[in-house]
Amino acid sequence: MASVDPKYAEGIDEAIALDHVTAEEYEVILKELGRAPNIVELGIFSVMWSEHCSYKSSRLHLGKFPTTGERVVYGPGENAGVVDIGDNQVAIFKMESHNHPSYIEPYQGAATGVGGILRDVFTMGARPIALMNALRFGDPSHPKTRQLVSGVVAGIGGYGNCVGVPTVGGETNFDKGYNGNILVNAMAVGLADRDKVFTAAAREIGYPVLYVGSKTGRDGIHGATMASAEFGEGSEENRPTVQVGDPFTEKKLIEACLELMSEDAISSIQDMGAAGLTSSSVEMASSGGVGIELNLDHVPQRETAMTAYEMMLSESQERMLMILKPGSEHIAERIFKKWDLDVATIGVTTDTKRLVLKHKGEVVCDLPLDPIGDKAPKYDRPHLPSEVRANIDPNRLKAPAHLGEALYTLMTSPDMASKRWIWEQYDRHVMADTVASSQNPADAAIVRIHKSDKALAITTDCTPRYCYADPYEGGKQAVAEAWRNLTAVGAEPIAITDCLNFGNPERPEIMGQFVGCIEGMAEACRTLNFPVVSGNVSLYNETDGQAIPPTPAVGAVGLIEQLDQRATYGGLEAGDVLLIIGETHGHLGASLYMRHVEGDEDGSAPPVDLAVEKRNGDFVRAEIKAGRAKIVHDLSDGGLACGVADMALANMIGIKLAYNGDLPVFAWLFGEDQARYLIAAKPAIAEDIRRNAKAAGVPVDVLGLAGGDAITINGGHGLDLIRLKTGHDGWLPALMAGEAAAAE
Amino acid sequence: MKTAVIVFPGSNCDRDAAMALEAVTGKAPLMVWHGDSQLPDGLDFIMVPGGFSYGDYLRSGAVASRSPVMQDLVKKAEAGVPVLGVCNGFQILTEAGLLPGALMRNAGLRFVCEPAPLTIENHNSAFTHAYGDRKDVVFPIAHHDGNFFADQATLDRIEGEGQVILRYRKNPNGSMRDIAGVSNEKGNVLGMMPHPERAIDAHHGGTDGLALFESILGGLK
Repeated sequence: MASVDPKYAEGIDEAIALDHVTAEEYEVILKELGRAPNIVELGIFSVMWSEHCSYKSSRLHLGKFPTTGERVVYGPGENAGVVDIGDNQVAIFKMESHNHPSYIEPYQGAATGVGGILRDVFTMGARPIALMNALRFGDPSHPKTRQLVSGVVAGIGGYGNCVGVPTVGGETNFDKGYNGNILVNAMAVGLADRDKVFTAAAREIGYPVLYVGSKTGRDGIHGATMASAEFGEGSEENRPTVQVGDPFTEKKLIEACLELMSEDAISSIQDMGAAGLTSSSVEMASSGGVGIELNLDHVPQRETAMTAYEMMLSESQERMLMILKPGSEHIAERIFKKWDLDVATIGVTTDTKRLVLKHKGEVVCDLPLDPIGDKAPKYDRPHLPSEVRANIDPNRLKAPAHLGEALYTLMTSPDMASKRWIWEQYDRHVMADTVASSQNPADAAIVRIHKSDKALAITTDCTPRYCYADPYEGGKQAVAEAWRNLTAVGAEPIAITDCLNFGNPERPEIMGQFVGCIEGMAEACRTLNFPVVSGNVSLYNETDGQAIPPTPAVGAVGLIEQLDQRATYGGLEAGDVLLIIGETHGHLGASLYMRHVEGDEDGSAPPVDLAVEKRNGDFVRAEIKAGRAKIVHDLSDGGLACGVADMALANMIGIKLAYNGDLPVFAWLFGEDQARYLIAAKPAIAEDIRRNAKAAGVPVDVLGLAGGDAITINGGHGLDLIRLKTGHDGWLPALMAGEAAAAE
Repeated sequence: MKTAVIVFPGSNCDRDAAMALEAVTGKAPLMVWHGDSQLPDGLDFIMVPGGFSYGDYLRSGAVASRSPVMQDLVKKAEAGVPVLGVCNGFQILTEAGLLPGALMRNAGLRFVCEPAPLTIENHNSAFTHAYGDRKDVVFPIAHHDGNFFADQATLDRIEGEGQVILRYRKNPNGSMRDIAGVSNEKGNVLGMMPHPERAIDAHHGGTDGLALFESILGGLK
């Protein structure tokens, strides 16, 4: 196409004015094409160069992550990360954000987040076996919070329950920092045979391009662009850019794709996620170094009179693009018709390295593919380090009169209260391989590998208040806590996926948080041999200039070789001895104690010594494998007191704690020092573990004894377990029932 | 020993059902696609699994109950072949008219997934005799539409006939008279919202479901 047909030039000024591309980016496009783009072409550039698709602010720094390792089969760059778990099997997983849509339309935003992450995993040939989610909501008393919680939770459940993949775990925080921008991060884990993994790169020329799944409608047009902008007054008007999920179609699509994948028919495959048909066709062709030609007349359409622009930018859900081996079309047609899904051959791969689109007999787009990827903007945005904070000196704080009451305050706070109201709306057992989920006292979810004695352990972690206090230490801590949670159930940690949620990267202090967190995470990943194999970046989580706390959520997967060599923190009996592994220094900066008892968010984040983390964790894992440590809990939010309370509540058995060290007792109880675990065992076994720890140079102390119906500290400060349970279980249901007291 | 599991588009407990049947009988069941108009001959047991057939986009189970395979299933049930419908399968069997009552949206309006303590009400049924005199079991539940409803006359009748097989000890969904599972008059068709197939292996956290399958299949092995 030599010159722009004037009828396709309409709207270009508007597109630039709407900031879908910047004036500088438009100049690059003019130079690369040697002519002005038409509106279809400009639309393609604008979504491909959006923050969401191009990672233009983050690419430079994402390269700092270690991404290889013994078990890594595919790292970042594919639809999801792939790791070897032995026996010719791989685990395939990824976490992704759906923050902006979930704030605008909570049910559909969250539901389609689940749908999208499932597609990333089964696109690669995996049967999805588990879902997780990491949710951050605003202040419980904020007028929108309840509605957002109930919509997001119903959306996640509505999709995951119907599609038949168990939602086995996750985490939920409440913090006023998310009042205007909630975070909905969903993770999917799948299982495939190592020699049956599918990738997206289209390498062959003259192969048919197949469209399968739902019809294309006008929903979600420019969703990727919306996800790359701040919110302000009137963001609700973006509702039409939120897609609508159809989990029934997704379930059929999973079964049909897996059925077709078992035949020798697919050359490569990609789901249509953000930027739909545009990103899937461009990415498949560019990564394989071929061209692609599509005839949009053949795209199954849900609405009449759709333009080429609308079809290319639609984000209608439950659609896939495949390159088939020639002659296999009839196999695909048979399978997709059986499942009542649309199937159409819409194009062919070419040797031109160009994206050519035809519509109603005209060429409506003819773009060289290389510049879309190679010339995508990549910014080295200015970044400022966060201010260094001093630690809190516990000796300058007034000790609480009743330590048991302080513990009650923490355990019934929004941070620590039971999230049962949320997870009981998720089917945690469908597929019948769930061994431990949110309902079980375990630091990570455990899902059995079908028909075997092996299992995957899965967790999601991040402590945003640490990342805010110190991005570098907070980034390290997010990775270390995930590693610790996998370790605490006896798993060998394998790899992580991440979901990096931050504010506006054009502000140097936000970019500073982003860079700090990445560098801290990368350091932890290197030391713990815990590579990043997939991930997603969500920037511009800001409303009216107010950014969210930096939230680099980590999703992690580990392997349990023998299901009977695992630990939980259930099974406690009166008379068991409690040990603590790791050193306690009473670090109160950025702790839950400071937040809920002192009403002060200040202080430094707890430092993470990665060598100590590794030494202590390796010791605990070995004790679990040896069958000595069966009751294990990692210590994190709320320190050892909250860890002890979790264990006591899970078993409804009291625990008597004793301390006569140098720290103020409340600092010993509530300090959030890292690299620590609780282990409970019969006295003789506890003594063995203690001796082994000493021999291995791992700090160990006896904390107390299980028994009675209260938690006591040095014989006093009793906290009755039934009262604690009532308060701990009751907070969220009361909030959701709209009881005013709950908003306190 | 020949068993079958019906698969509808949107079924998602079909694999769980197959695993349970294989664990009890030692033999994998036939997986029968909903579009087939005939079930194989000589079946000893048919299971209609849970899930979201057709997305439950109309009433739960309503579309599936009109599926081609269901006409033959009704015929076989009437001829005495034992049929078990779990969760969505229960909804489908009520929609097909094989079982009394209907399943409405949970009284709390939310999906509920939890271990449900149950009481076995009838120990003489084809599905429960292997429990001996054991009364209390725990099966997981996971549903949005499990609120059992029938008119008072029907409720009195099925109670009188011993068709109420399982009752919740803590009603999770508003079901009338805490009913969790009912059989047809003849006793060869059982529908229940709780999932016995998710309670057959130690890693499920309990094996209370085994005896239910053994009741119906034990004698046939």
